[in-house]
Amino acid sequence: MKKFINYLNWSMLAGSTIIVCLFLIVILIELFSKGLPAITIDFIFKYPSEGMTKGGIFPAIIGTVLVTLLTTAFAVPFGIACAIYLGEYAGNSRTTRLIRAAIRNLSGIPSIIYGLFGLALFVQAMRLGTSLFSAGLTLGLLSLPYIITTTEESLKRVPTTTREAALAVGATQFEMIKDVVLPVALPDILTGIVLTLSRAAGETAPILFTGVTFYTSGLPGSVTQEFMALPYHLYILSTQHQSVEQVRPLAYGTAVVLISVVFILNLVAFYMRYKRRRYD
Amino acid sequence: MDFHQRQKTDNIFRKIFKIAGLLIIGILGGIFLMLMYNSIAFFLHFKPADFLTDTQWNPGNTSHAEFGILPLLVSTCLVTAGAMILAIPLGICTAAFLSEFASKRLQTILKPIIEMLAAIPSVAIGFLGIVIVGPGIAKLFGIQSGLNALNGSVLLAIMSLPTIITVAEDAIHAVPLSYREGSYALGANRWATLFKITLPAALPGLIAAIMLGMGRALGETMTVLMATGNVAAFPKGFLNSVKTITATIAIEMGEVPYQTTHYFALFAIAAVLFIITLAVNLLGESAINKVRKFQ
Repeated sequence: MKKFINYLNWSMLAGSTIIVCLFLIVILIELFSKGLPAITIDFIFKYPSEGMTKGGIFPAIIGTVLVTLLTTAFAVPFGIACAIYLGEYAGNSRTTRLIRAAIRNLSGIPSIIYGLFGLALFVQAMRLGTSLFSAGLTLGLLSLPYIITTTEESLKRVPTTTREAALAVGATQFEMIKDVVLPVALPDILTGIVLTLSRAAGETAPILFTGVTFYTSGLPGSVTQEFMALPYHLYILSTQHQSVEQVRPLAYGTAVVLISVVFILNLVAFYMRYKRRRYD
Repeated sequence: MDFHQRQKTDNIFRKIFKIAGLLIIGILGGIFLMLMYNSIAFFLHFKPADFLTDTQWNPGNTSHAEFGILPLLVSTCLVTAGAMILAIPLGICTAAFLSEFASKRLQTILKPIIEMLAAIPSVAIGFLGIVIVGPGIAKLFGIQSGLNALNGSVLLAIMSLPTIITVAEDAIHAVPLSYREGSYALGANRWATLFKITLPAALPGLIAAIMLGMGRALGETMTVLMATGNVAAFPKGFLNSVKTITATIAIEMGEVPYQTTHYFALFAIAAVLFIITLAVNLLGESAINKVRKFQ
């Protein structure tokens, strides 16, 4: 009897773990088995045609790349500056506790609320309109808490003795940070940034009202134009299109491209972390 | 460069970094003010009491538009509760397996799998809800459409699992070894030790894991938007279509004219969602702080 209960307990734990793994396996098999056949060179490099029932997803890929680049350009310097302030300058004062509390709360806010904030602040108050720029800034705000947290962790891992050595040879605090601390922490910081960007590239809700659109005739010529994006394209193809069943193969193909982009970014981060660990 | 010049640069950058830090508080404050401002504008047009008690969300009705948050709120809670019923046992059992029974080698395989699951974009999970989970539910229960609350719950469970597993595993791992050794010394076996000693000791961490997972499920937009059918009627059960707060904002914000009552109403329901997720996250955080004190 006791043996039976032990067996039952064991299968409960192992079973749960297997189910969790199965989720991933089923998701990947379903998407890749039906999506890979849809992916051809034309699918990647052509524009959608005939009411999006044919053609490719080139503008959506470029749109996602562009908006992610804008997100990076905004959130990375801002996030690193904030992390440096928290990690290197400020001690444990009231202000820093407040900033930390703000970061924790920001990371818990639903992404759709960031979308509303982007709409109210960038699109309407700052009159940037629904554009690549507004969407990039909104995604940047969403990414900030993650970039700050991972950067601060990376800075913490730089030994105090390294800092003291720099100060001892006469560097000012800023020179110490710029020439000693940041270069040492850089691989870790980059890992965090790449992971954050992979998340931003897959986000849909924050860009819904700030700049994404379901069809553009060309690529966005400037940051003030609307753009197409992979996640939104998948949403449109699978729910909003008038002949949903007909475009299903295209939807599968889009899903595979989107997941591949995200996984490749994750693999890059994973590899950087692995290399860094071995180096230590 | 002479010394004064260098000190000047040093001072300038000190200020830049500080401004960046303070701007973070500004962003949170900005989000809060934006929600407050627009909610107040809404409540100038619509009675707060009706907002909280009306059982209809019917903004399109021009003669008598109704903005009752109850159906949306109940939908959100229903979908999230279903997700938690599925995800909590699965997540905690997996975390216990990972921390207590899996070998180092198995861990190095399982952890990336969980990270990969966390990395899948929500819109892809929503797509799976349409092509696999939905038809599956329709077949299983013999109903016409599988786009209902249960579908959303299953998908949100999958999405919140990585959070729950990671945080719960850390919590279980953090229970001091001496507790387990003490239990073994008294003659308890592995299972008694796990269920009577390790898991209870890790309880604050497990609560934090659940709260953080729940926070993620409550605020998820694309998945529920695609998978739950979006019918604004008052939800009756898991097999009915529902329309959550997040989905309502996502659908209606794109169509609503600027600065109408309907426009402001969407900010008001966003404010309610903001308060709920904030409360859930704060609960989770206070649980984590308890763990820290305990160590």
